[in-house]
Amino acid sequence: MTLDTVKHATETPEAAQPWKELGLKEDEYTRIREILGRRPTGAELAMYSVMWSEHCSYKSSKVHLKQFGEKIPENDAMLVGIGENAGVVDVGQGYAVTFKVESHNHPSYIEPYQGAATGVGGIVRDILAMGARPVAVVDPLRFGAADHPDTKRVLPGVVAGIGGYGNCLGLPNIGGEVVFDSCYQGNPLVNAGCIGVMKHEDIHLAKASGTGNKVILYGARTGGDGIGGVSVLASETFESTGPAKRPAVQVGDPFQEKLLIECTLEIFGEKLVAGIQDLGGAGLSCATSELASAGSGGMRVELDTVPLRDATLSPEEILMSESQERMCAVVEPGKVDRFMEICEKWDVIATVIGEVTEGERLEIFWHGEQIVDVPPRTVAHEGPVYHRPFARPSWQDVLQADDANKLARPANSAELKEQILKLVASPNQASKAWITDQYDRFVQGNTILAQPEDAGMVRVDEESNLGVAMATDGNGRYAKLDPYAGAQLALAESYRNVAASGAKPLAISNCLNFGSPEDPDVMWQFAEATRGLADGCLQLGTPVTGGNVSLYNQTGETAIHPTPVVAVLGVIDDVTRRTPIAFKEEGQLLYLLGDTHEEFGGSAWSQVVHDHLGGLPPKVDLERERLLGEILISASRDGMIDAAHDLSDGGLIQAVVESCLRGGAGARLVVPDGLDAFTFLLSESAGRAVVSVPRSEELRFTDMCGARGLPATRIGVVDGGAVEVQGEFALSLDELRAAHAETIPGLFA
Amino acid sequence: MARVVVDVMLKPEILDPQGQAVQRALPRLGFQGISDVRQGKRFELEVDGPVDEAALARIHEMAETFLANTVIEDFVVKVEGAEEPAASVAEAK
Repeated sequence: MTLDTVKHATETPEAAQPWKELGLKEDEYTRIREILGRRPTGAELAMYSVMWSEHCSYKSSKVHLKQFGEKIPENDAMLVGIGENAGVVDVGQGYAVTFKVESHNHPSYIEPYQGAATGVGGIVRDILAMGARPVAVVDPLRFGAADHPDTKRVLPGVVAGIGGYGNCLGLPNIGGEVVFDSCYQGNPLVNAGCIGVMKHEDIHLAKASGTGNKVILYGARTGGDGIGGVSVLASETFESTGPAKRPAVQVGDPFQEKLLIECTLEIFGEKLVAGIQDLGGAGLSCATSELASAGSGGMRVELDTVPLRDATLSPEEILMSESQERMCAVVEPGKVDRFMEICEKWDVIATVIGEVTEGERLEIFWHGEQIVDVPPRTVAHEGPVYHRPFARPSWQDVLQADDANKLARPANSAELKEQILKLVASPNQASKAWITDQYDRFVQGNTILAQPEDAGMVRVDEESNLGVAMATDGNGRYAKLDPYAGAQLALAESYRNVAASGAKPLAISNCLNFGSPEDPDVMWQFAEATRGLADGCLQLGTPVTGGNVSLYNQTGETAIHPTPVVAVLGVIDDVTRRTPIAFKEEGQLLYLLGDTHEEFGGSAWSQVVHDHLGGLPPKVDLERERLLGEILISASRDGMIDAAHDLSDGGLIQAVVESCLRGGAGARLVVPDGLDAFTFLLSESAGRAVVSVPRSEELRFTDMCGARGLPATRIGVVDGGAVEVQGEFALSLDELRAAHAETIPGLFA
Repeated sequence: MARVVVDVMLKPEILDPQGQAVQRALPRLGFQGISDVRQGKRFELEVDGPVDEAALARIHEMAETFLANTVIEDFVVKVEGAEEPAASVAEAK
């Protein structure tokens, strides 16, 4: 085996290279040759191919994502914006919060447990790399049909993986979603989010500057994990014997990660690092090129010093390995000894693998011979950018014309009752307790709210009771009908959920899950969704702090529903004033806030009862959402409401049933004038919430709503042991609880 | 009654946190000279009737679909007392 050095590459310009097998396009390969003025070495080719992949370079999505940086609302809270590992917002009292959502969809389909577990590990390291202590995780999940045999393979593995990794780390899992739809059959969506807390002065950035500073790799040893395309390189260009077939699966070790967290926080505490980066996708290729690119540009790395788990790894494989639980730090020479001491204390392996150099080249050596000599910006930040063609799909009009409002409605009260019971028991609307009970929601003792509440909430300061809340939402059915509105509805729902908990929404992160960007239909969905989200964030005053794009989520020609997942972060000055969803106090008055229209396009009812998807999603009114949010927050702060639940899929009845079951109290509802029972109970109009108001506060509350112009309709009272709709039907709590609680264990336990 | 043993090991390149934990513990307990530890699973199957090719094929299928997670694990099927492994699978697509 000949080492493909820079010298060797210069001497053998015509040597055939497996650029195609590595997923590069011909013009991309040509461009690499132009940048370097020669053919790339095997190691360089490996680095470019993985860094220019869709996953790392965002080459198809970039042109649309830049709106998030252009349509920035006035917001004093932003401390660090898009581009770093994660955005950072000011939450007051000297605290800053960093949060992000990422996807681990494809690995979780191949190996559900490890795929989901390493998804949690990866997002936690992203947050850690900003200088923050991770304090909570959330997991928005989407699976194929609940009764499909493969869902029974994927879901329990994913749930166990999230629980296994997160519980071992001692991080509470405070929120997320579980959605079933046959469009995700071959492409489950496993998104993972994390929240981290730090003081303003502790923010750390991913850049390598200061000539002579040392580059330290620390954490787990490097093995042959997750080397996707590079196995092609290893087997095609070099030896075809040996353990060349590397699996694309990574196995995580949460206890190693826990050590890495504590070790890193102690290192931050002593201000020992000049720059830091976690190792995730594309491993060392990504960390070295991004650190160098964001800094002054020069870096020299001795690759043979990297501690290995498997001595047979080639340099290309070391560069590409996605072994988990590793970090890369840039440290001033005088601080290296102390850095090493701390690593030793935590039993974390740390190795100086290189240093920051003058000039603007990233140079990598293997036993003294140079195998990489590239301008790092061309690898990390100046990759290809595609303006993919997009066009409104030809089927979009037909889909929208297939109006769900024309579907057969229940003919009488008995049928309405039967359909509601069916809805409450359907996999998407049923209780997810069987899943969320496998996650530790209260470890660390700061969890204020967790599933099934509207938003997760954790206390940040034990003296002042400052807290943060987060909700994640996304409705692929709405987005399929109208991606622009669908993205805004995801934003609106998440915003509403945070406000309903009593917290003030500050900023968002997103995880945009779509099909193939090479399909103009999908690209149109993506363009519309990003435009909708950017416009929506501008209007609501919640900037996008960062996020993640996952493309190619499709089986054959069939893409998943466009699924933009939005995570809204909010702040609450005093967590003791949070609003839960539970209806508890008999005699409290139930008020419906907002307007209800006949809106059934993409609704849970249309899916459960008619297996239908068509028409238009509910109308978006973001000014109304903002007003509703203000009312919910004020009412919570001033003690005017005891419970609040946002209205989304499943409509009012779903929210009332959840709140009643949560609090163990019934509700008597009266259909308001001007509405029929069916629309009142099942429409999914946006901008609505139901609240429980103590009688003593009623006047103050309705006065406030009236003064600010928010429609508030008294719809009933908390009472008895059943959900009763006057003149229509009554369903006992026992009956509802059985329907709601037994579905998921029945399918997966 | 014959016994067939199925040994399941993580593939060599897959991280084995349990094995590593054992390896780290060894020197602390005074056991020197062990450079690596990999931990696996062993299944002992008591087979009704003769262990013929059909029975081994069945066990092989059992191992591939249920006993081992072939995305990350290899397995070896051995008939107790036999010299050579009866069949082995190293690769999973």
